[in-house]
Amino acid sequence: MRYPTKQEMYAALEERHGKQLQEKFSQASVAICGLGGLGSNVAIHLVRAGVGKLFLLDFDQVDITNLNRQQYFPDQLGEYKTDALKHTLSRIAPYCQIMTKCVKLNEQNIPELLAEFPIICEAFDKPEQKAMLVNTVLEKLPETFLIASSGMAGLDTPNTIRTRKITPKFYLCGDEENGIESGIGLISARVAVCAAHQATTILRIISGENSA
Amino acid sequence: MIKVNGTEQDGAGKTVSELLLSENYLPERVAVEINEQILPKAEYSHTYLHDGDKIEIVSFVGGG
Repeated sequence: MRYPTKQEMYAALEERHGKQLQEKFSQASVAICGLGGLGSNVAIHLVRAGVGKLFLLDFDQVDITNLNRQQYFPDQLGEYKTDALKHTLSRIAPYCQIMTKCVKLNEQNIPELLAEFPIICEAFDKPEQKAMLVNTVLEKLPETFLIASSGMAGLDTPNTIRTRKITPKFYLCGDEENGIESGIGLISARVAVCAAHQATTILRIISGENSA
Repeated sequence: MIKVNGTEQDGAGKTVSELLLSENYLPERVAVEINEQILPKAEYSHTYLHDGDKIEIVSFVGGG
């Protein structure tokens, strides 16, 4: 089998999505903070759509307990998630520009690391970290689109997972209730529903179709 | 009256910290917007709510 060229892959995306939309996707850049069940799924959706540039941030390594829902493989155990996910993404979309940073984000480094990205996806797992990132981005980077998440644990109906536009630049995906604190853990299928909400919202923002 | 997450209630005169406490929110797990402006955490304890304010409390639970 001959490996496809950049032009061939772009033409195939254009055929599916249309010329105008694909141009927007390919010129977009998105930062994904946290590469667990949400972030790894969001990243895969975005590169499949042909988003041109991703910045992946996480400090953690792939653990055996991640494999129930995160997009990693047993042969990647112990690798940094930034490296492991970059490798997987490069197999899906070899011509996507993928930057990584193995770092724990905090109030001080968020503005300097993320300032150049017009869209930020919050995909952490701990509620205090989620709140910290959201507060910091809303305060320090007010021009940035922020797509955050809260509530996707357990096996309640997936229909309660939704996307809420809180302010013109701040979106929240999830059921806003079911956390890991409440008992049942995180099940891949329901986490993926939330990740798909986040990814769809990001693509809608890129397309300019984000009025509601 | 103030509006908290879309519901009208008494609360004018309270601080944001007092509102969070009375509604059982953990301050380190929330983001608070007043009239679509983010309120820095350091201002929760001395920001008083006024009649007509629209407050959005976004609360985060674990999982991702």
